[in-house]
Amino acid sequence: MAEAPTAGSDEGSVDAFLQGGSLKHAPGPYFGSYGGRWMPESLIAALDELEDTFEKAKADPDFIAQIAELNRNYSGRPSLLTEAKRFAEHAGGVRIFLKREDLNHTGSHKINNVLGQALLAKRMGKTRVIAETGAGQHGVASATAAALLGLECVVYMGAEDCRRQALNVARMELLGATVIPVTNGSQTLKDAINEALRDWVANVGNTHYLLGTAAGAHPFPAMVRYFHEVIGEEARAQIIEQAGRLPDAVCACIGGGSNAIGIFHGFLDDPSVKIYGFEAGGDGVETGRHAATITLGKPGVLHGARSYLMQDDDGQTIESHSISAGLDYPGVGPEHSYLADIGRVSYEPITDSEAMEAFRLLCRTEGIIPAIESSHALAGAIKVGQRLAAEAGDAGGASEKIVIVNLSGRGDKDVATAAEWFDLLDKDSAEAAIGKEGEQL
Amino acid sequence: MTGVQNISSTSKSAVAIDKARAEGRAALIGYLPAGYPTVEDTIAAGIALARNGADLIEIGIPYSDPVMDGPVIQAATTEALAKGFAVRQVFDVVAGITSQTDAAVLVMTYWNPVVRMGVDEFSRRLAEAGGAGLITPDLIPDEAAEWMEASDKYGLDRVFLVAPSSSTERMKRTVEASRGFVYAVSIMGVTGARTSVSSAAKGVVAAAKEAGAERVCVGLGVSTAEQVSEIAAYADGVIVGTALVSAIRDGGVEAVASLTKDLSTGLTRK
Repeated sequence: MAEAPTAGSDEGSVDAFLQGGSLKHAPGPYFGSYGGRWMPESLIAALDELEDTFEKAKADPDFIAQIAELNRNYSGRPSLLTEAKRFAEHAGGVRIFLKREDLNHTGSHKINNVLGQALLAKRMGKTRVIAETGAGQHGVASATAAALLGLECVVYMGAEDCRRQALNVARMELLGATVIPVTNGSQTLKDAINEALRDWVANVGNTHYLLGTAAGAHPFPAMVRYFHEVIGEEARAQIIEQAGRLPDAVCACIGGGSNAIGIFHGFLDDPSVKIYGFEAGGDGVETGRHAATITLGKPGVLHGARSYLMQDDDGQTIESHSISAGLDYPGVGPEHSYLADIGRVSYEPITDSEAMEAFRLLCRTEGIIPAIESSHALAGAIKVGQRLAAEAGDAGGASEKIVIVNLSGRGDKDVATAAEWFDLLDKDSAEAAIGKEGEQL
Repeated sequence: MTGVQNISSTSKSAVAIDKARAEGRAALIGYLPAGYPTVEDTIAAGIALARNGADLIEIGIPYSDPVMDGPVIQAATTEALAKGFAVRQVFDVVAGITSQTDAAVLVMTYWNPVVRMGVDEFSRRLAEAGGAGLITPDLIPDEAAEWMEASDKYGLDRVFLVAPSSSTERMKRTVEASRGFVYAVSIMGVTGARTSVSSAAKGVVAAAKEAGAERVCVGLGVSTAEQVSEIAAYADGVIVGTALVSAIRDGGVEAVASLTKDLSTGLTRK
């Protein structure tokens, strides 16, 4: 994996974009040469049914109203846009605003997607939803939506993750879901997806696969983005209201890329806004222990879509590594691969160390404990802010620059990991033992 | 109908199935994962399959994310990968079997290993090794433009899958894109032995024939001579996978030979 970055080679669609074309609302199945349906024939009928149901729902005022009502009175939307003045002092003195997805019900952006898909499942007459989960965040969100809408819920989770995330397993079970530990393959998130797909093939008659990110076969990437577009729409309106203009840059973290595509979407057609996606650099991209899929991966097909992929010379998927379970995935949503190739979005890796420093900084300067996932976006925003400040020069223009960071989730789940990282625990405490195992409380 | 019929006369899979048909029976298709437990064992077991009644042989490429496989095949391919199986070794397996037998040897593969090597390069090497074509569980004709071109160029069979859930329109499209035979999935599920063959299988075969398929073979869940016999009554071929993998796991090449012999007793149409 020590090869040079390969992004930046696709057809020059950024020109079309600059000439007045739109990058918003890309319908799929293809985003440039990415996306599609690399799936067993057995599932194509279900994907067709889902696509059809989704398209009809989008055009149905009742569905739109239902989503809006849930967003407002259940999730707590619109989420706030908070200026982080003390944090911004460490980012070259630019203005930094946080899009507070951490304040949503269940603590992250994930709720937007699960409510939308669970409603679609009901529309299709399905009585059961299945989901994959890594650290447990999407599993908890899925169990939440299933409980709210009266659906049976089964969550596939790597056996190792189940052990490390015992409290999230308990959370899902409290919400009425069944958690099935996955013991085959590498026992990680990608294997949980494999097992969910096997379940779906066998039970597709009554079951909807509630995929947790903007990846997978069509219509998932475009559909998951649709449910998260509210993030970007709100942020765009809020920054204009609060600062009187569009931002200079928008930053988000990228695992599969759902929170990122949600906020990016609001700004894709604003040429003055630079957009940055921050991947998990793990121990450093030079070590091979990372999840920087776009930075170092090559195009391939996995879990139903053609996209950048961490793979070896034989096309076997490579294990990803990140301190953040939510970014620890060897693939990425196909729309991100396209946006990388046409140069609309810049994707850069952030190491575990950089993310954890940004995590601590936000805690101490703003009184907000961010998810470690979102801390990658914060670390990236510090770099972007410093670059913008350097460009602005000594004339003091830095304070005129504006950066929005998508704070995709809260860090309560990450407290034990952080305490271990910063060596805050008494060596003999139970919490220290938990932290060593990576438990996310 | 398009060129499907014309080209099929040169299809190795079609020739093997037609030979069985001429003998008044269905064809037997046996699956083995390459490199399990070793590459040499796969070659020996493939030869044993051919010499004990299999007309076609499916060699699976071990892959990190086999979403259509049940626990037995997953365990075997995971072990092969752990022992260092490399994709290029599948050509050694194919050449090893085709040099010793008349069986048509297909490769069954998830698509990414082919993409990584390059569809044209993979196809060229498969043809050189004497391979008949590819069975592609996660490649549908909609995404197969590159493979259509390469398979035409190198004269390889394109075996796509049809399922109980396939619409009439998709069935027609898949049948038209296929060459050699069409793989009818007997059940909505993944690979693995089952006590009875789903009644859906017969319907899928009928629908594929209705859509114009000349040769339809049934797979998933078939493990006994009785099940072979049941399917042979209405299909052109019967595909056995998991049972053979269990056999090689528990009893090596000899067990593969004796299971094949037993399965082949079910082929003759009553």
